[in-house]
Amino acid sequence: MSATPTPSHDKAALERHGLSGEEYQRIVKSLGREPSLTELGIFSVMWSEHCSYKSSRVHLRTLPTTGPRVLQGPGENAGAVDIGEGLAAVFKIESHNHPSFIEPYQGAATGVGGIIRDIFTMGARPIALMNSLRFGELDDPHVRRNMEGVVAGIAGYGNSIGIPTVGGEIAFEECYTGNPLVNVFCLGIAKADEIILGIAKGTGNPVYYVGSKTGRDGIHGATMASAEFDENSAEKRPAVQVGDPFMEKLLLEACLEVMKTDALIGIQDMGAAGLTCSTCEMGSRGGAGIDIDVMHVPQRETGMTAYEIMLSESQERMLLVVKRGREREVEEIFEKWDLHAAHIGEVTEDGLMRVRERGQVVAEIPTGALTDDAPVYNRPMQRPAYLDEVQKLSLTERPAVSDDAALRALLASPAIANKRWVYRQYDHMVRTNTLVLPGMGAGVVRVKGTNRALALSVDGNGRYCYLDPYRGAVLAVVEAARNVACAGGEPIGATNCLNFGNPERPEIMWQFARAVEGITAACKALDLPITGGNVSLYNETDGKAIYPTPVLGVVGLIEDASKVLGRSFKGSDDAVVLLGDTRHELGGSEYLKVTQRLVAGHPPDVDLTAEKALQQLLVAAAHESLIRSAHDCAEGGLAVALAECAFDTGGIGLTVDIPAVAAPDAWLSTSALFSESASRVVVSAARGQVEALLARAKALGVPAREIGTTGTDRISVSIEGRQVLDVAVSDAEAIWNTALEKHFKQKAA
Amino acid sequence: MRFAVVVFPGSNCDHDAYHAAKEVLGQEAEFVWHKETDLRGADAVILPGGFSHGDYLRTGAIARFSPVMDAVKRFAAAGGPVLGICNGFQILLEAGLLPGAMLRNRGLKFLCAHVHARVEQTDTPFTLACRPQQVLRMPIAHGEGNYFTTPEGLRTLQENRQIVFRYVDPSGHVTEDANPNGSLESIAGICNERRNVVGLMPHPERACELSLGSEDGLVLFESVMAAHASGALAAAGSASA
Repeated sequence: MSATPTPSHDKAALERHGLSGEEYQRIVKSLGREPSLTELGIFSVMWSEHCSYKSSRVHLRTLPTTGPRVLQGPGENAGAVDIGEGLAAVFKIESHNHPSFIEPYQGAATGVGGIIRDIFTMGARPIALMNSLRFGELDDPHVRRNMEGVVAGIAGYGNSIGIPTVGGEIAFEECYTGNPLVNVFCLGIAKADEIILGIAKGTGNPVYYVGSKTGRDGIHGATMASAEFDENSAEKRPAVQVGDPFMEKLLLEACLEVMKTDALIGIQDMGAAGLTCSTCEMGSRGGAGIDIDVMHVPQRETGMTAYEIMLSESQERMLLVVKRGREREVEEIFEKWDLHAAHIGEVTEDGLMRVRERGQVVAEIPTGALTDDAPVYNRPMQRPAYLDEVQKLSLTERPAVSDDAALRALLASPAIANKRWVYRQYDHMVRTNTLVLPGMGAGVVRVKGTNRALALSVDGNGRYCYLDPYRGAVLAVVEAARNVACAGGEPIGATNCLNFGNPERPEIMWQFARAVEGITAACKALDLPITGGNVSLYNETDGKAIYPTPVLGVVGLIEDASKVLGRSFKGSDDAVVLLGDTRHELGGSEYLKVTQRLVAGHPPDVDLTAEKALQQLLVAAAHESLIRSAHDCAEGGLAVALAECAFDTGGIGLTVDIPAVAAPDAWLSTSALFSESASRVVVSAARGQVEALLARAKALGVPAREIGTTGTDRISVSIEGRQVLDVAVSDAEAIWNTALEKHFKQKAA
Repeated sequence: MRFAVVVFPGSNCDHDAYHAAKEVLGQEAEFVWHKETDLRGADAVILPGGFSHGDYLRTGAIARFSPVMDAVKRFAAAGGPVLGICNGFQILLEAGLLPGAMLRNRGLKFLCAHVHARVEQTDTPFTLACRPQQVLRMPIAHGEGNYFTTPEGLRTLQENRQIVFRYVDPSGHVTEDANPNGSLESIAGICNERRNVVGLMPHPERACELSLGSEDGLVLFESVMAAHASGALAAAGSASA
């Protein structure tokens, strides 16, 4: 580089940039000289954990990412799978944990904005949003305030831009108090042969910048997301960006219109690490260089330096490479939407990311050095000592509460209770595709122009993963896939968001590695490719890590949208059939947490072959109209699942006799009711279909037994003839309906 | 029959209204960009829901200045049927085509849910196929749907029978609990004096297919189609003039 010779940077400068001494030496080696300050900033964000995956990459390599339906695997803005009729489902999940703690509304809102950009960047029209949220316990007013802000932020952005939030999950554990998890998922539909990539190529092609002006907001956001929190974190507020959903709506419509022309070479959004990341990643993918002058970048503030412009994380900005000679056509489309497309540079053939400030070169870095040559760490791992302690569980004393009281307590647990206080704040119907409303099962959206529909589910269970990261991760995969199968969808693709603590601690790295092994094993067994995702590390506050929390988003294909199923019974006098077997598995259960304040034991075991067979049965039974509803047994076990089947039906109850389990005498009924054994689903079927259903189950090797009948207005459960529960549906439903919103009542007008 | 669906920057239910008119009801439908000045021979105009201009100043406050609004005003003045849904209703209020204003929802939060609305007047082009007092189950999705007007304004609405929809419980009774946003007199929708311009907060276009949970919204479209077919639009326009 000819300009701005720079002295070597001192230790304090490296620390501010989150770079180690070794990493600095690596930079010097890769450039063959000392970096300028702008270059140092560029390296620091690109080599941050958030952008480079330097701690996680060696482990992620084991994930299955291919399959006959995969059109785009990891490495692009989002993954894509073939859903037939020439269409692709484009989807991804991403975290916005750190910003959502510092500024809940804007942190969550910009998370939604970011994931939507990832989807439409691929040439897909976004049609559905989901989210997976984790907070501390709701009796803490700070947690309530944080949750109100996060929910309002998700609503504020998604509602305005007009993409429905069709479902999600929320969990509450003390470990998330100072580090909530906000994982957002978006699904879009594209023509399979018109997927657009984030690539720069063709020497001399112009590079355009479109969208909001660049300000000083969010500088070093990616670096912030790669560090632990402490008591000073509130001071990091300027590193959180402010979202503008209206601007993004204009960008979305204008970009989709530009993509209909063939004037576009590639496009990428400016998310984490802003202009830096988009230029070098696009150049790197195309094996090309990019030469830009920051003077041409629209700026919101005066006196911004090249360093600030390159590192800003201002929201709602896109970078485009356009075919030379087609500039006017593209500019006119943006003008129609009152957007200004600024020509900021050109594609070059030298493979260098060259940044100028009024013509003078201030950074010149091989694009590959920033992406492919980023450091990769095989960090030390060690099995945490706490595991032996928490995995111990001896249930010898009698249960502390009656089964009836336990059911009521579980229905009132915020993890299980009706989440309507949340999802009613989200527009979940806009675009008129939502076939299954939030809270009624997996989110299901139809694909207009076809008979098809897509079922979506996001699931995780931090408590299970804390007790056993491998098994917990397996359970997260199978639960998300099972939820999709319950709607009648064949799971065809998955995305993951891996939320963990500080990877520099061997115990955390061990949790991470084991969880990835679990995801790998489960996805392989279910033939479920992972097409992309996100890793969020350093989720710690004051040295205390969150539970290891992998969250899985699964997309399922329903070939006939009229066959979609929800969780609720459809009428009286249908047969209630239990698929799967219950074992004495209360380890890590919601029951132990709610009734005994106990997080202990081994999470439930999973037989992946049995799980696969169960899911195949569900998809076939839905397709052949053998069943009328399906609901999986999750938190709270069979008893809660049965109760939930009766909710939102106008009071259709059930009378069932469920099998006993092999458990200590004092725990016989409790275990049968509340054990969280995996691979179990409650279905209802018209009388005339039961025989065919049981035969189908037998052929697939799925344990299935008719346990009773829908009807009456009570939830009546016996075990081998001995009645153990008898509750009016209306009583149980009232508890379930109001438990969550009660926490927020004092604020409702 | 030909529907024009006006698209403002930030409209997001434009595709839904278009889908209902075109795909569900098999009518002609066309998007009209807000910078256009001509409704291109439309028989009915829909101002769809959404967040026009981000709703940043006040809901509907900027959209009323769009060039297309002059054409909409001329169309309405000539007796043409205009339906404003949600943000479209808010725009009609700001543009002075309908009286009153919107406050934030009583609960101060955006609310998306199915509600019940009772048809109070059947002599508008969008309700003439309804039974008197018919209860329609339709979704709402808004943060500012708390209808407000002055005491004199309310008296005028009542005297002229301009309250077209009220929030009710499923059995058709006006109750406090059935009013989702605190609207004055449980008002969910109104019309102008001439009765050809109707605005409502619930989304009929989201309730046109059973697979989406309700097809009660169809009757609004069927009404205006019947009005068009019978040539009653002019009659509706001139009846109260």
